[in-house]
Amino acid sequence: MKYMNEFRDGAVAQRMAGEIRRIVTRPWAIMEVCGGQTHSIIRNGIDQLLPQEIELIHGPGCPVCVTPLELIDKALAIASMPNVIFCSFGDMLRVPGSDRDLFRVKSEGGDVRIVYSPLDAVALARSNPDKEVVFFGIGFETTAPPNAMAVSLAKKQGLKNFSMLVSHVLVPPAIEAIMSSPLNRVQAFLAAGHVCSVMGYWQYPPLVDRFHVPIVVTGFEPLDVLEGIRRTVMLLEAGEAKVDNAYARVVSFEGNKPAQKMLSEVFETTDRKWRGIGSIPSSGWRLSEAYRDFDAELKFNVSGIVTHESALCHAGEVLQGALKPNQCPAFGKECTPRNPLGATMVSSEGACAAYYNYGRFVTLDAQQAVPVS
Amino acid sequence: MNFENWTCPLPLQDYPSIVIGHGGGGKLSAELVEHLFLPAFRNSVLENLGDSSVMPALAGRLAFSTDSFVVKPLFFPGGCIGDLAVNGTVNDLAMSGARPLYLSAGFIVEEGFPMSSLAQIVQRMAVAAEKAGVQIVTGDTKVVERGHGDGCYINTAGIGVLADGLRIGPRQAQPGDVVIVSGSIGDHGMAIMSVREGLEFETTIESDCAALNHMVDEMLETSTDIHVLRDPTRGGVASSLNEIAGQSKVGIAIDETKIPVKPEVASACELLGMDPIYVANEGKLLAIVAPHAAEAILARIQANPLGANARIIGTVTANHPGMLVAKTGIGGTRVIAMQIGEQLPRIC
Repeated sequence: MKYMNEFRDGAVAQRMAGEIRRIVTRPWAIMEVCGGQTHSIIRNGIDQLLPQEIELIHGPGCPVCVTPLELIDKALAIASMPNVIFCSFGDMLRVPGSDRDLFRVKSEGGDVRIVYSPLDAVALARSNPDKEVVFFGIGFETTAPPNAMAVSLAKKQGLKNFSMLVSHVLVPPAIEAIMSSPLNRVQAFLAAGHVCSVMGYWQYPPLVDRFHVPIVVTGFEPLDVLEGIRRTVMLLEAGEAKVDNAYARVVSFEGNKPAQKMLSEVFETTDRKWRGIGSIPSSGWRLSEAYRDFDAELKFNVSGIVTHESALCHAGEVLQGALKPNQCPAFGKECTPRNPLGATMVSSEGACAAYYNYGRFVTLDAQQAVPVS
Repeated sequence: MNFENWTCPLPLQDYPSIVIGHGGGGKLSAELVEHLFLPAFRNSVLENLGDSSVMPALAGRLAFSTDSFVVKPLFFPGGCIGDLAVNGTVNDLAMSGARPLYLSAGFIVEEGFPMSSLAQIVQRMAVAAEKAGVQIVTGDTKVVERGHGDGCYINTAGIGVLADGLRIGPRQAQPGDVVIVSGSIGDHGMAIMSVREGLEFETTIESDCAALNHMVDEMLETSTDIHVLRDPTRGGVASSLNEIAGQSKVGIAIDETKIPVKPEVASACELLGMDPIYVANEGKLLAIVAPHAAEAILARIQANPLGANARIIGTVTANHPGMLVAKTGIGGTRVIAMQIGEQLPRIC
């Protein structure tokens, strides 16, 4: 795999980790915002190469984790309706709603399908004119352009039987919310490289100035993550707050202009609830006025749904770095990957699932890799 | 037998597709047996066409296994449901160290299923059985109404004999043992995935579907210090090794960089956000063997064409009992957990 294996080189990784050990002088708490980076850290064991001083806090950047329960319940309600083909990315199927998940709906006769692109759902709508095709459009800025493209295409083709259940969330307002929280412990951010490939990083200098926090645009392969951490530690040690780009082979300051243009046409900013965190002002996108006919929430009239979040689940504090997963009273007891109470235990890169799987090993081995402070 | 050019012998050609009567036990059923199953599977036991097949009593211990096959699509690069149905049961028997001898084959066919497709499946089963050196000695066909089955389901059961003194099983792994994989992993699962999801890759990924009993025979000739054999089908290498760690109450430590993965499989997994270690195989085995015998057994596996890419991938340890732990490519470690359900493509 050209352009990938080069960024997975074990010897270079060890050297980079050595360099981080050399420059660090005191404890730092760094949040990787993106679930993809959390996945890479767990998948490759990057955290174990780091000196004890560096604590990585897994941020709220896993779309599976932060999509509000209410919206999952709306998805379940729509997917259960007769004559509906409900399309979703694969990993949303196992996310628990109030009383079931999409797999259950499928087993009870709902037509739930895994697709790899929202454009596949548009094609399904075209070939099934007598069915209502709904796409579950969630995620951060990264997955938004194809979703915008799908809605725009459906409009151009005059499709009346295609709609989207939209719950897009945005990174900069989440960073703002975390930094403004009285519980905050985060001292620097690894910004999500793929979000920045779309949006650029022109949104970050105001955040850096306001909160005096370094933000380093970081990629996903092991060497990318290590390089992002190295640059972050350099800034922290120097007491310098600025934006740095450690993923320049993909990300530019301006980002993808045509994509941004399409996004601003199809979507508009809205307040958004984040699962476990609560409502964050102007932190999401919904379909704009011109595309309101494609809004599944309105089309299927599911706005009256009330949700029941588990009272035992502390996912919100975990997602903000205020609580370690294993400090939650339900961790490993009422809440396990088999019976997750919150989404952070569902997704394999959810902070709780990662702790559950890796934590057991660490306890056995009496290593210090997972700090419990 | 060249099934590609198979033409329907009289009187099956009157029925280009399966009708309910083919499962009814009457004349149509008899014609199916006489003109399709019997010519393909022909052997002296089957030819008696009794209600049950009668074979000579076998000496020693018997191994007995059954499995049902419901793959979609029925035909995929590198094989079809027929190959899977024979090789799957042959391999299950071989994984206890048994020499597979006899198979049964039960078909559940959907009304309207093309006769030529059924014939292809049957011919592929015949070829697979011959390669594995087993006989299909009894069978059954039922037809279900259109819409009540996915074309064709097959159940096979098999009997094999076990040499005295062998103690191969999932509880037998011991600290110090060596873990061998017989070749590249994830081929079957990604072959199915690529055709099922209509994903077009530049190269075709072929299923590794194959019978492993001859390889196991050769391994046992080399050494009987084989403690566990397992064909990592559904759930892949990760699930098999987790199960063994749990049942043997040992830890298993593997080195990810040692596990062979074909570049096209690695790329397809990367694209879909899947991990090859969880992806199904149909022609690979995991062997957990005594350390002193490991090199000789590995060499013997590699001498078999199906095992050319075999590697030692890890060891069994008394640490972390019940857990599978991998050293990653950059020198970190990760716990490879048992999968809860199916592996799902990731959103980002």
